[in-house]
Amino acid sequence: MKNFSNTYIFTFSIVMVVIVALLLSLAAMQLKPFQDKNVEVEKKQNILASIRIKSTPKDAVEIYAKYITDSYVVNNKGEKQEGVDAFTVDLKAELGKPAAERVLPVFIGTLDDQTNAFVVPLRGKGLWGPIWGYISLQPDMNTIYGTVFDHQGETPGLGAEISTEWFQKPFMGKTIFKDSTEFVSVKVLKGGAKDDDPHAVDAISGGTITSKALEAMLDSCLVQYKPYFIQNRK
Amino acid sequence: MSILSSKNFKLLSNPLNLENPVTVQILGICSALAVTTKLKPAIVMGLSVIVVTAFSNLVISAMRNYIPPRIRIIVQLVVVATMVILVDQVLRAFVYDVSKQLSVYVGLIITNCIIMGRLEAFAMGNKPWPSFIDGIGNGIGYAIILIVVGFVRELFGSGAVLGIQIIPQSFYDAGYVNNGMMIMPTMALVLVGVIIWIQRSFNKELIEKE
Repeated sequence: MKNFSNTYIFTFSIVMVVIVALLLSLAAMQLKPFQDKNVEVEKKQNILASIRIKSTPKDAVEIYAKYITDSYVVNNKGEKQEGVDAFTVDLKAELGKPAAERVLPVFIGTLDDQTNAFVVPLRGKGLWGPIWGYISLQPDMNTIYGTVFDHQGETPGLGAEISTEWFQKPFMGKTIFKDSTEFVSVKVLKGGAKDDDPHAVDAISGGTITSKALEAMLDSCLVQYKPYFIQNRK
Repeated sequence: MSILSSKNFKLLSNPLNLENPVTVQILGICSALAVTTKLKPAIVMGLSVIVVTAFSNLVISAMRNYIPPRIRIIVQLVVVATMVILVDQVLRAFVYDVSKQLSVYVGLIITNCIIMGRLEAFAMGNKPWPSFIDGIGNGIGYAIILIVVGFVRELFGSGAVLGIQIIPQSFYDAGYVNNGMMIMPTMALVLVGVIIWIQRSFNKELIEKE
């Protein structure tokens, strides 16, 4: 095998790294619009799913435009804030700020029967990584209309079940206020919730940490909206 | 030299059976366990690995006379990493849902021993075209195992194939339950073991002499 000089080795490495860097940045730039589009479509699908409307990646944008009729951001006193597009709010970044400075997105869906559903985003920490979702409330700002939860890497068959229908369905019709004034959120109970308990659903057997994380996420995200809910309930 | 001479064809067919990277050389097991709960990610993962092994082999083989031996492993890593990032970006742009299921495992193709193994063992000493074929062969050898494991795990773990329900509702009504074990990585290892067993019972030459 040939003997290569140190100069050659250095030149070789530098040229190689420059070529690779150019190639990768070019690819990243070319593919960015497609990737951003995918993220946007997924978000729209999730928001739609939380108001119980099914969509596919193909028709999500169209259906979203039809059903989501308004969106805005509020602060933790329930006051509307101007100049921020609710759809582009990065919830992860917002939750890192002090509570008073956060902007909290609200999406308003108009259903087929012309009633409204109010969608708010959720985000929290699961067992292995982030969990997130959307929850929609009926105009009384108390009764849950629909939910959608997702996760990055919860245990398949256990914690990952939060993204399935059997887990999410019992949330429908539960209420987050007790006696219409006290905020109680919805508890995720191990051992099963009582059928007539309006503030609790069943936890996942074997998925205790994810279940508890989801309960904490609901509580911490929804409580920020409490003034907004109280001021706007019908 | 014809495009697929008998010698080149061997490069393609050997890794499918007698030199299978997963069942004979026991390489790339980690990802085989992780991405095979469903068939679709297994197929996409298989395709990604085929692309990465084939093109890394091609590039490294084309450069083999110019790579200083002292930094060859680094050069190989850079080439593999570049390929993997490209594949990951393309998946994210065009098959977003699968890319989400595969999550970190696409990135971890870099650590797949099959790829570095083929670069060191083959591409560094052979011409580009045979190296390319060798890469495709080994990629397919890996993909086949993933697909078989993914098929069995999805069928018995979720009662479906490619997301389409196969086991009829009447079975569930009659008391049939999906096998939760199939979703756990353990069963993938057991399945790979079963495949190795079957393969060796057909190919006696693979059995080690005592």
